[in-house]
Amino acid sequence: MQVIEADVIIIGAGGAGLRAAIAVAEADPNLSIALLSKVYPMRSHTCAAEGGAAGVIKSNDNLEYHFHDTVSGGDWLTDQDAVDLFVNEIPKELLRMEHWGCPWSRETSGNVAVRPFGGMKIMRTWFAADKTGFHMLHTLFQTSIKYPSVKRFDEYYTVDLLTDDGACYGCTAIEMRTGQMRQFRGKAIVICSGGAGKIFPFTTNGAVKTGDGMAMAYRAGVPLKDMEFVQYHPTGLPGSGILLTEACRGEGGYLLNKDGYRYLQDYGLGPETPTPVLKAMELGPRDQLSQAFWHEQKKGRTIPTKWGDVVHLDLRHLGEKKIDERLPLIRELSAKYVDSDPVTTLVPVRPVVHYMMGGIHTDIHAATPLKGLFAAGECACVSINGANRLGSNSLGELLVFGARAGRGAADYAKKGLTAPGERLDARAADSEARVKAWFQRSRSSEPVPSLKKRLTTAMEDGCGIYRDEATIKAACDVIVDVRGRFKDVALEDKSSVYNTDLYQTLEMDAMIEVAQTVAVSALERRESRGAHQRLDYVKRDDEGFLKHSMAHYNPNGEPRIDYLDVVITKSKPAERVYGARAGGQSAA
Amino acid sequence: MSQRTIELEVLRYRPEQDQEPFFQTYKVPCEEEWVVLDALNYVKEEMDRTLSYRWSCHMFVCGSCGMMIDSEPMLACKAFLKDYPTGKIRVEPLSNFPIERDLVVVLDDFVEKLESVKPYIIPKEERTVEQGEYLQTPAQLKAYKQYTLCINCLCCYAVCPQYGLDETFVGPAALALAHRYNMDSRDLGRAARDDVVAAAEGIWHCSFVGACSQVCPKDVDPAGAIQQAKFAHGIDYLTSFLPGGKR
Repeated sequence: MQVIEADVIIIGAGGAGLRAAIAVAEADPNLSIALLSKVYPMRSHTCAAEGGAAGVIKSNDNLEYHFHDTVSGGDWLTDQDAVDLFVNEIPKELLRMEHWGCPWSRETSGNVAVRPFGGMKIMRTWFAADKTGFHMLHTLFQTSIKYPSVKRFDEYYTVDLLTDDGACYGCTAIEMRTGQMRQFRGKAIVICSGGAGKIFPFTTNGAVKTGDGMAMAYRAGVPLKDMEFVQYHPTGLPGSGILLTEACRGEGGYLLNKDGYRYLQDYGLGPETPTPVLKAMELGPRDQLSQAFWHEQKKGRTIPTKWGDVVHLDLRHLGEKKIDERLPLIRELSAKYVDSDPVTTLVPVRPVVHYMMGGIHTDIHAATPLKGLFAAGECACVSINGANRLGSNSLGELLVFGARAGRGAADYAKKGLTAPGERLDARAADSEARVKAWFQRSRSSEPVPSLKKRLTTAMEDGCGIYRDEATIKAACDVIVDVRGRFKDVALEDKSSVYNTDLYQTLEMDAMIEVAQTVAVSALERRESRGAHQRLDYVKRDDEGFLKHSMAHYNPNGEPRIDYLDVVITKSKPAERVYGARAGGQSAA
Repeated sequence: MSQRTIELEVLRYRPEQDQEPFFQTYKVPCEEEWVVLDALNYVKEEMDRTLSYRWSCHMFVCGSCGMMIDSEPMLACKAFLKDYPTGKIRVEPLSNFPIERDLVVVLDDFVEKLESVKPYIIPKEERTVEQGEYLQTPAQLKAYKQYTLCINCLCCYAVCPQYGLDETFVGPAALALAHRYNMDSRDLGRAARDDVVAAAEGIWHCSFVGACSQVCPKDVDPAGAIQQAKFAHGIDYLTSFLPGGKR
């Protein structure tokens, strides 16, 4: 097997991976960087982020406000030391993006403009119309081209991490064009492989979001943290699951039930006001808005459609000019996909799986417990998001912690640990054998797409917006069953060149691992907090569960769960307050 | 809304086993609301595990699923079945690119061209974070914003007659990207980009057929960008004859 060496290996070339690569190149241009991705960088799912990136920049705002919004938004499961440095570093990161050419929307003065977002006390979300993630991704990709030490390996599918004696030294990856496996050896490894929304059937996530990096780290012995916290975004298009940004509501959109009533006022988020008020009504946090939909549905006040029940997003009062200036993609997507031009028509929406708060356990330097391994972006859990991420904090997170991972990896790489070559060769051979086995088996008892359907349906039924012991246990049982059936999956496509049957099978392998950590962590957390709502344990239990769940890989069965204390520095756990009592200002 | 069956005629080519590309027809039961990508996904999941194509976002932004649909380059996620009333749809890989396998084309040439135009801000001097943001008025933003919208789906290269004849042409998307940075008020890198942009294979190679702009799924108008760049160079050339000109 061909061996490719680099000082720093980065797996994933989305926002976090590109930011990490630039950070390594800036830290020391003599360090060689191998940037691997199963897709070309501009295809990464960062491109689909719409609304914006929060960072304190205006004179009426301060870091403390952003800190408190984030900590309470996360229902106090956030690590406050991490949030502190996050809110401090993000404005600088966003300014760097500005210097690199990101086309931020502007005020007439020429300063960067900000918009309101859910759960934020002050308007602080930088945006580039409604394609913020797309512009950030392309800005980072294009900027990365000016650093000669960044060598990209586009369309390389990473299969396994190569570890030895508690340290990580590289990975195996398949060059998709040829089907050849390569061994990548490095001094430091960074995983920036994104989330795992595809373990659910109805998601805003693109096809690439299958939790590959999470599963790789998990199998290598790194715990996955807080996996039970899955964010449902309140406004997805029925059928396709396409995201309609929270900025629709930030700009003043309403959510209406079947009677045309702004139902959020019945769930502690009122009173209703004609123009948006920060931290109230449609600008409440995502977890509570998605939960309100669930209750409306139970009350029979949603609208049944072929693609499931919906409520209506009303943007008509914003007017064509504002919609075209601030929400052009939303107008296009709504018109094309559900035949509803938001300028004149109500748009049907329903909650949709959007983001994993949990992920690979890291410290504030983006380092995992496995020496030499770092992680950043959605695949990681630092944790700044706790039990519920606030909209517009994830684009900031991938910059701050992508950069930290890059700098940390550069430092670590300079220590110059030598990879144990022969033992890595043996590990790489094991990895290759694992892949070859799928080619050698003659027949599947059940094809991968059918197994995937079982798995994702079980996740939606068992680990949805509201859960209880019975539903989660049912999901756990299905996952065990799917895992068993998956063992004798055989590829129908035995070819080498761009064999997507193989990559979808590897993705399924990762999805099973990740889904199991979600379900088992959810079962063990006997309380309700943020996005994890248990019908059988309806209250938050700080005594029992003000802790991070840590799911450890167990080759013989379900993951072992233990707990890690939350870092609390200055904000004692309290009630989350939205609506009138939050005292938010008008965002009109 | 109801189901209907469409005939999806897909160009297949697996270099390890096929002497040459051929069409394979799948009868696909489809929902009325579907796009061509949904039909391909149905084939992949229910009918034929060996079909390969690229896709990810399913919402017109990742640029993966550019392909020829009834001979027009477009995004498979934006090609709605309701716009194909005959129920027969032909799907092929993007024209003007080598086929890697099935609907997957080799992108190396484009990626090299994109990199060659120095698609990043080249400032007069590096600005520090402490100096804050560059001021850029909405009018200055508008001057280049349209050209930032390119998703690199390559539909414009697939329809470009010049690129079809001579692949040394830098091509619509890469030239529009160079123009995007040249027009950005934060940038002073135009001269550095001219090695590629103003070379014989650059803007002068474009014969202004304008097909690129017609097929662009994001309304980027690369033809307009190239015309603007030609005009700017014309002005430079003329002013070089004036006293104090750079000639």
